[in-house]
Amino acid sequence: MSSTDTERQLNVVGSKRSRLRFTALAFLATFVLIVAVLVAADVAYLVHWKVSPASLYRILMSPEVLYALRLSVITSVITLVLVMVCAVPVGYALSRCRFPGHALVNTVVDVPIVLPPVVIGLSLLAFFGTPVGGWIKIALKSLNVSLISGVGIVMCQFLVSVSYCIRATKASFDSVDRRLEHVALSLGCSPWGAFRRVTLPLARNGLIAGGVMAWARAIGVFGPLMVFVGTGPRVQVMPTNMWLELNVGNIEVALVVALVTMLLAGAALLLVHRLAPGRTWT
Amino acid sequence: MNMLRIENLHVRAGEFTLADISLSVARGEYLVIMGPTGSGKSLLIKSVCGLNEIERGRIFIDGNDVTALEPKFRRIGYLPQNTDLFPHLSVERNITFPLDVAGKSQRQTRAGIGPVVEMLGLSPLLNRSTVHLSGGERQMVALARALTAKPTLLLLDEPVSALDEPTRAETCAILRRVQRQVGIATVHVCHSREEARFVADRIGIMSQGRLVQVAPFDELASSPADPVVTRLLFGGAEALAGQTP
Repeated sequence: MSSTDTERQLNVVGSKRSRLRFTALAFLATFVLIVAVLVAADVAYLVHWKVSPASLYRILMSPEVLYALRLSVITSVITLVLVMVCAVPVGYALSRCRFPGHALVNTVVDVPIVLPPVVIGLSLLAFFGTPVGGWIKIALKSLNVSLISGVGIVMCQFLVSVSYCIRATKASFDSVDRRLEHVALSLGCSPWGAFRRVTLPLARNGLIAGGVMAWARAIGVFGPLMVFVGTGPRVQVMPTNMWLELNVGNIEVALVVALVTMLLAGAALLLVHRLAPGRTWT
Repeated sequence: MNMLRIENLHVRAGEFTLADISLSVARGEYLVIMGPTGSGKSLLIKSVCGLNEIERGRIFIDGNDVTALEPKFRRIGYLPQNTDLFPHLSVERNITFPLDVAGKSQRQTRAGIGPVVEMLGLSPLLNRSTVHLSGGERQMVALARALTAKPTLLLLDEPVSALDEPTRAETCAILRRVQRQVGIATVHVCHSREEARFVADRIGIMSQGRLVQVAPFDELASSPADPVVTRLLFGGAEALAGQTP
């Protein structure tokens, strides 16, 4: 092959590669634009209807919105803690242990991801209608704890979000080379020590990502709450508050709550990037 | 005095079986295990290290039966294939790792790694990240880390296979020099006969999960116990010639 032919082929490959890059970047820009437009539309609506900063502040400081905001943050943070406590060992077991039925268990863990969220609320209702669920309800009642409270909200949030975190932690543990654990064992670590000193720090970014995904899912849970805990004033979190305000035509209140939710999610993402600067975390 | 003694070791890993391995390594001896890919060399090393469950047999290190002991109690320095340094730790923290695990203070760890760092010439690298080290530098750091634990036995699983030719020869020379200097019994797994001949006091030949013969190079060359010995040490033609009736 002559050098001219080779150059021509290289030019063809180069131009194909740049076309690929251009197409991929165009799709990326479109996606970013869609997200930006959606956020801007909320703000534009409020501006169009001349909602002043003073009335925005008044809406935000109203007892209902503040209560929903506080309940959302408290329940989602409790959910996040419970999710991490559960997802780290489960993700580790799925990544590192082989046992009969591993593939089946791996699939079952994903079920809450593919279920419509409202089904989780229905399943919880059904469960607490069974004798076992009834005993748990009686036990909780003896402790003066009702399911129509933060407890019920946390249950819904946990079941909706835990699978996302397990998936992320499993992927994260999968990415840690087992030979590093072997080396740590040979250098004097116990299996726990190797996990704490080597596996956990190396899986850190994936665990953080899993936690953020789970928290974002938890704070946005709506369907299961409607079914399981309802919309009473004591159990109104931000999504239920938004829905109730929309139902009575207070779209500007719903939009303010939506913007607060977006701000919280954005702050969480910034925190993640600050914790793991310049690293991929998915 | 044997630093490592293996008696009738049987290990199963999936479909593969390591069968009836008996072997001893004397104090200060450098033993190389050679064999074709999939012959069970790495499995043998991992089993000695305590990283695999064994079916039967016994392993003695420095006269003590360690068969049922966890890896951390075996006092073994282990370098796995491809030299796995901890990427989240600096070079210094990699080397001090065994002392950190043992709960030594920062002052004690600094003092503890001094002689090893000096012996391997690693002082300029101590504050660097492990990510940008060359292959040879990574090997030296891994060796320093293994030696910091003051092991009684050093297990090297293809320690230079990922290096280029000049670095491989240089690293082998350093391995041999350090081994002599420290006087530590060493088992080194490799594919290359040049590498084996250069570093080994004795060479063990493995094939299909069995230890075929263990002897100094000259004895293996003059009295091979199996055609695979000749094939590994001198290539295919001689091995075939050896098989001819």
